[in-house]
Amino acid sequence: MSTQSEVSHSIGATIPAEVSRRLKRRYAAERRFQAYGIGAIMIGLMFLLIMFVSIIQAGLPAFQETRIRLDVELPADKFPDDPAEQTAEGMRLVGWTGLIQQAIRDQLQPETRADALAMHKLLSPNAEVGLRDIVVADPSLIGKSVSVWLLSAGDVDAIVKGTMSRDVPETQRTISDRQLTFIDTLEEQDRLRSQFAFTLFSAGASSYPESAGIGVALVGSLYMMLVVLCLALPIGVAAAVYLEEFAPKNRWTDVIEVNINNLAAVPSIVFGLLGLAVFINFVELPRSAPLVGGLVLTLMTLPTVIIATRAALKAVPPSIREAALGIGASKMQSIFHHVLPLAAPGILTSIIIGLAQALGETAPLLMIGMVATVFTYPETPMDPATALPVQIFMWSGLPERGFVARTSAGIMVLLTFLIFMNAVAVYLRKKFERRW
Amino acid sequence: MSVSMLLAVVLICAAVFYVLGNRRAIGVSGGDSRQLHSRPNYYGILAALWFAIPAIAVIVVWQVLQGHFLEGGIVDSLPPDVLERSADQVRLVVATIKSLAFGGIASGVEPYMLESAAGYRSAHGFSQTLMSIMSLALGLLVAGTTVARITPQTRARNGVERIVKAMLIACASLAILTTAGIVLSMLFETINFFKTVPLSNFFFSTEWDPRFSSAGRDGGDTGQFGMIPLMVGTMYVAFVAMLVAVPIGLLAAMYLAEYATPKFRATAKPMLEILAGIPTVVYGFFALVTVGPFLRDTGDIMGLDIDARSVMTAGIVMGIMIIPFISSLSDDVITQVPRSLREGSLGLGATKSETIRKVIFPAALPGIVGSILLAASRAIGETMIVVMAAGVAANLSGNPFEPMTTVTVKIVNQLTGDNEFTSPQTLVAFALGMTLFVITLGLNIFALHIVRKYREQYD
Amino acid sequence: MSAVETNIQSETVVPPQTATPSNVAKMRGRDVCVFYGEKQALFDVNIDIMEREVTALIGPSGCGKSTFLRCLNRMNDVVDICRVTGDITLDSQDIYDRAVDVVHLRARVGMVFQKPNPFPKSIYENIAYGPRIHGLTRNKAELDEIVETSLQKAGLWKEVKDRLDSPGTGLSGGQQQRLCIARAIAVAPEVILMDEPCSALDPIATAKIEDLIHELRENYTIAIVTHSMQQAARVSQKTAFFHLGNLVEYGETEQIFTNPKDERTQGYITGRFG
Repeated sequence: MSTQSEVSHSIGATIPAEVSRRLKRRYAAERRFQAYGIGAIMIGLMFLLIMFVSIIQAGLPAFQETRIRLDVELPADKFPDDPAEQTAEGMRLVGWTGLIQQAIRDQLQPETRADALAMHKLLSPNAEVGLRDIVVADPSLIGKSVSVWLLSAGDVDAIVKGTMSRDVPETQRTISDRQLTFIDTLEEQDRLRSQFAFTLFSAGASSYPESAGIGVALVGSLYMMLVVLCLALPIGVAAAVYLEEFAPKNRWTDVIEVNINNLAAVPSIVFGLLGLAVFINFVELPRSAPLVGGLVLTLMTLPTVIIATRAALKAVPPSIREAALGIGASKMQSIFHHVLPLAAPGILTSIIIGLAQALGETAPLLMIGMVATVFTYPETPMDPATALPVQIFMWSGLPERGFVARTSAGIMVLLTFLIFMNAVAVYLRKKFERRW
Repeated sequence: MSVSMLLAVVLICAAVFYVLGNRRAIGVSGGDSRQLHSRPNYYGILAALWFAIPAIAVIVVWQVLQGHFLEGGIVDSLPPDVLERSADQVRLVVATIKSLAFGGIASGVEPYMLESAAGYRSAHGFSQTLMSIMSLALGLLVAGTTVARITPQTRARNGVERIVKAMLIACASLAILTTAGIVLSMLFETINFFKTVPLSNFFFSTEWDPRFSSAGRDGGDTGQFGMIPLMVGTMYVAFVAMLVAVPIGLLAAMYLAEYATPKFRATAKPMLEILAGIPTVVYGFFALVTVGPFLRDTGDIMGLDIDARSVMTAGIVMGIMIIPFISSLSDDVITQVPRSLREGSLGLGATKSETIRKVIFPAALPGIVGSILLAASRAIGETMIVVMAAGVAANLSGNPFEPMTTVTVKIVNQLTGDNEFTSPQTLVAFALGMTLFVITLGLNIFALHIVRKYREQYD
Repeated sequence: MSAVETNIQSETVVPPQTATPSNVAKMRGRDVCVFYGEKQALFDVNIDIMEREVTALIGPSGCGKSTFLRCLNRMNDVVDICRVTGDITLDSQDIYDRAVDVVHLRARVGMVFQKPNPFPKSIYENIAYGPRIHGLTRNKAELDEIVETSLQKAGLWKEVKDRLDSPGTGLSGGQQQRLCIARAIAVAPEVILMDEPCSALDPIATAKIEDLIHELRENYTIAIVTHSMQQAARVSQKTAFFHLGNLVEYGETEQIFTNPKDERTQGYITGRFG
């Protein structure tokens, strides 16, 4: 004990000064360490927050689109007479764009040729799609005048939403002063409105941001998820049942186990190379097909599904198996009648997590040609399609400003799906969690 | 008959055999199913399985082999002057004929092609018909025999269970098959690659320039395929990522395991794990439009020349992505350290942080190293973030603020162009993939081994 | 013997012999040895389990009594590393013969476990499961009847007849165990094996199960492993004392408890060890 001692007022015990000083230092170190820990967690969560906020900020405007109301004349002499030909295909050669351009010229009365050109550019080059759909749905309109809300050009959309500023000098924006006055005129005439962007969800690829959508990609992803579900669920469960319930403890089982654990950590791009070499080059399945994508994603998610399903099977107590065996059920019966139904929520959770993993995967799909620009919906899983994350990737590389918003919106849709799937998984786990 | 039609027919026949087997079992039992060895439906299932399995087996084998036989037929029908062309061109002609046969549109069609296409179509049709007959006939034969041989003593349940078990084993073995597929397919293409490009060019050259123009034809310059700059880029990005993720992940894990209240832990841990569930393409986009410009602007203010696409951008974002890999795994590892060690240290008067740093951390070190290695393997194999944010030019420089490229970026680039599959420009992707696979596999096996050893120690 | 063997190979189910005189050995063990991997758990056990009697297997923990019980309906097959040598017969058929279907064996030799393990299904489904997989009934009415008689035999009918659809896991421990016994009875076994059926129960529930065992003896052959010597004395006619993997002594219960021949038995029943 040190001879120099002083009374510690707080606890009334006698602690040597040197020890007390040292204690103080140690407690400071303790507090620092805790602060580092909290700081680390906060940094991680902050990144998450920044990412979400920046994406939502950029993506929200894309859920609205600007449309212009025009009274379009549909002169009968420009259309086929035979009603049987008044289909989307039969009217392909009708000069839709000409009709629309005529309509906007009639509306705004250009004084010069330059004015007329500037007016034409107020509308999206794909505005004709909207008009055509209306006429195809109701051919009796031919020969009359029809009032339709047509898709505006991306730049007009940006001005209306305020994502592009009017105040910068004319040379620095992609829209001219002349066009701005046209926009104002249309606004005054009540011919301009913002509405929910159905185009975003229905359209396929397009080189114009305002008419580009994730529709084809969503269908492609849906097909792939179906393939993954139909293959990964039975195969994964079967493999897990074998390994957990039947497999004898021998070298072969060990090899399979180590293999599955390693496959779970193989870079996803390697699965893409496998798909390219085996499914496309060897089996000669079509490139860009959701079927191939689904096969590759199945192989990629199988380890996850197997590992999680085994955990679910392990959670069913052995007494249930014994009970069934004890009254003369065969091993197969005890598993299929009792163990699997009891493990079902866990298995369901694992397949949902596997699907979520597959839904967000991009790299392997690039290898098997899903980066194609696809305009039409795939009718079967063998038709070319793209996938949601791949669509996001392709858009992210495009220079037009409108595509940043489109990309962010695509990401928001993707994340919504993922959050929903994970929420369902968590809900299932909580609801059916059973303590034995 | 198309394959999907045939499959439908097979399923319907199997259903019919289910009913037949069921009936027959009840018939031979004299109406009292208790006389049977198994429940009657097992006899039905057995008959159905013995119809479907041989029938489907025939279809699968036929489909796999048919292409190669029919292709041989096409080649035989080609005029001699076409056969004298190079192997690649013959392959192209065959592909054209195939697409012609099924109403596809092809350019450069010559009369002899149309003729071959017609021949191919009829051969294909004949082959499909033959397959349908064979498949159904075999199914009928096997299932018919099964049904005919049903007696009350037939062990139908055991038979069904044997078949089901065989299926389970087949599913479990798919994992092995996948690995074998990865290794074989990549090995095969890698060997093809090294037939045109010398090993030394790939492994030891520091120049990456797989010239597209000459495309490896006719002895022209095949370009430089040095993977060193790619490897250095990969390691550099991964290193930056680990620099971000290891301290954050470890400190978070220690806090979560040792200090956090159960409630805080129950919210913070899943929230951190969200980071691992976000698709990498989203990280890539985040790097491209937020982090990259932010670093560039910060650089401008400080007078530094920072590229928006750089090792730094990709590394930081990748680091964020792998934080949960390290924090979750390390958290598991730390909580496995036995209580007695903790109590021993606290009982000596050590503070909590001293206990963590001096006792728990060393005890958990092997497991933590394992988790860091697993995260590193993730970082090396990560694709989308680097494709979108690291750059495409292969340059060897030590500056983290310049763009560099990685192995995965080049795999994507080489395979998304319009190259012929057999050109070295495409095949190099498989050589790169093989290298990547070997490295990550090595890391994984090593890491999993460490983690498993660690678990055994405290189990 | 050979006649029986051909019977087995032609896969006929031997119908239970009716009107078997009592004091016939229902099951018989000859030189039974059990190995777990390298370790031997049972040494040359020879025992006859008499028809329509209760045979109690007693002995200190780890003496092999449960191991032996689980050999009698081949529950040890579940354990990978377990190996059984010697002969165990049921009505003179070797139950370890390759031709014997273990599932049929277990339908004839039912088992009740230490901890009540009802399926997490309704009471009705618990009982009905066995008859269903063995195809014992032709229609719902017959199944209902089996469920009712099984529950009655297990003395549970009165307590649960109004809530057959509620989950079996919701019953009390003693009721759960009687449910498990009813479940075993429902498949009409010839032998019922009980592995410490009362060890997880309170004294009142235990008394009920013991009464039940008494009643069941009229129709079934019962082998029971128990930790409690009082229980063995109360319920059984024959007692086998196991020690360190050996069957030390086997005989009439009364004789074992009043006049044991082996001093180890003497030591155990007087409480000197175990």
